[in-house]
Amino acid sequence: MPLPRLIPCLDVAHGRVVKGVSFVGLRDVGDPVELAQYYSDGGADELVFLDIAATPDDSATMTSVVAQVADVVQIPFTVGGGVRSVDDASRIIESGADRVSLNSAALADPSLITAIATRFGSQAVVVAIDAGDGVVHSHGGRIATTTKTVPWAVEACERGAGEILLTSIKQDGQRTGFDLELTAAVRDAVTIPVIASGGAGSAEHVAAALRVADAALIASIVHENPAGLSGLRQEIEALGIQLRPLKEHHG
Amino acid sequence: MSEVVIVDYGAGNTRSVRAALTHLGRESVVTSDPTAIRESTFVILPGVGSARSAMDNLNATGAATALKERFEDEKAMLGICLGLQLAMTTLEEDGGVRGLGLLDGDVVRLHDARVPRLGWSVVEPWGDAFYFAHSYAVLTPDAIAGVDGVTVAARRGSFLGVQFHPEKSGPAGLEFLDQCLSRV
Repeated sequence: MPLPRLIPCLDVAHGRVVKGVSFVGLRDVGDPVELAQYYSDGGADELVFLDIAATPDDSATMTSVVAQVADVVQIPFTVGGGVRSVDDASRIIESGADRVSLNSAALADPSLITAIATRFGSQAVVVAIDAGDGVVHSHGGRIATTTKTVPWAVEACERGAGEILLTSIKQDGQRTGFDLELTAAVRDAVTIPVIASGGAGSAEHVAAALRVADAALIASIVHENPAGLSGLRQEIEALGIQLRPLKEHHG
Repeated sequence: MSEVVIVDYGAGNTRSVRAALTHLGRESVVTSDPTAIRESTFVILPGVGSARSAMDNLNATGAATALKERFEDEKAMLGICLGLQLAMTTLEEDGGVRGLGLLDGDVVRLHDARVPRLGWSVVEPWGDAFYFAHSYAVLTPDAIAGVDGVTVAARRGSFLGVQFHPEKSGPAGLEFLDQCLSRV
C-alpha cells in the first residue's frame, strides 16, 4: 500500500483561493499558485483545487490557474468544480492537472465517470461525494438528493472512478474531527482509495482519519497557518502514522 | 546541449514533464516527429492515457518506428508510467494491445486490495518516496526495482522505464530526472 496522503484543499472562486466554513461564509486567503507552491514546499503529498464558483466565465480562469500551478509545483493535483464533460476534463488534464474531480455532473450523468476514465484512465477520475444524513448532496452541498451515500460510492467505483473524495457536510469546517463511521462505511464498500474530508481540527483528527482512509483532505487547519503544515506532519507521525519521507530542496 | 524530446501521443501529461525539465534548466520539445525522436540525445515517453489510444497514436505518427530505431541505436530513453508499459511486448489493457516490444514482458492489471494504486512509496535503490498512479503494472525479466510486489523500474539497453512519476515526485523526482539526463 502506498503511504497515507495529506492533501490541502484550496477552494477557488474566480481565480482566487477562498476558505469555506460549512460551505458558507467565504474568506479570501490568497493566490492559488503561491499557496500551491507553499504547501508543496511544506510537505503536501497532493493538492486539490475546487472551483466553487465555476460559472462558464470561470473556466478559462481555472485553466490558466491549473497551467500556472503545473509549471511551479512538482506534486500531483486534482481539480474539481465545473467539470461537466470529457472536453472539460481534457482541458484541465492537458493544462497539467493529474486528475479531475466530478460531483454534481456525475450525479446528473453517471456515464461521464466512465467516459473520462476510458480516455485518461481511472486514476484520473475522482468522484467527490458531499454526504449528509445518509444521502448525497449536490450543488456544493446545498441540495439533498434521494441518492444514498454508500450505494452511490459503489456505483461510482463500478463505473470507473479511481478514488472517492468523501466530505461530511455536517463536519465540514467545524474542526471537531472527521466522520470516521461514514468514512469507514464507504471505504469498506469500495475497492478504490478514499479521501476523508470535513472536520480536520487537529493532528489527532487527521491521524484518526488516516487510520480508516487512504488520505485526508485538510483546509482551514492549514489555511490559517500555512507555515504549520510541516509541524502538523510531524505531529501526525508522532501519533504513529507513517507519512512519506520528505527530501530537501537542493538549490 | 540539445533539447530533450518528450514524445507526444495525444494524451500524455506532457506539460508537467516539460515544467520539471525547465526547473532543471533543460530545453525540451513536445513532438511526435520521427526524425526528432530518432536524433535527439534524450527522449522521454511520458505516461497518462489509455494503452490502445497511445499505441494507435504512436503507430499512426511513425513515432513507434522511430522509438524502435532509437532503441536499436542504443540512444538514451526514459519511459514514465504508461511510457514504461508501452515498451513491453503486450498490454492486457483495452482487450489486449501490442506494445513497442523494446523489453520482453507483459502489462497486467494490478491485484492490490485497492486499485488504482495512488500515492507515494519509498523506492529502493533510490531510498526516496515517489508518486504512483496506476492500475496496471509490468511483469518483465528486465525489472530492476520493485515495491509491494510491483515492478517499479525496468531497464534494457538504452531504455529505462519507471512506474512512478518523477515529474510529480517533488525534489526527489527532480533529482532522479537530473541523474537520468546527466548520463548522456
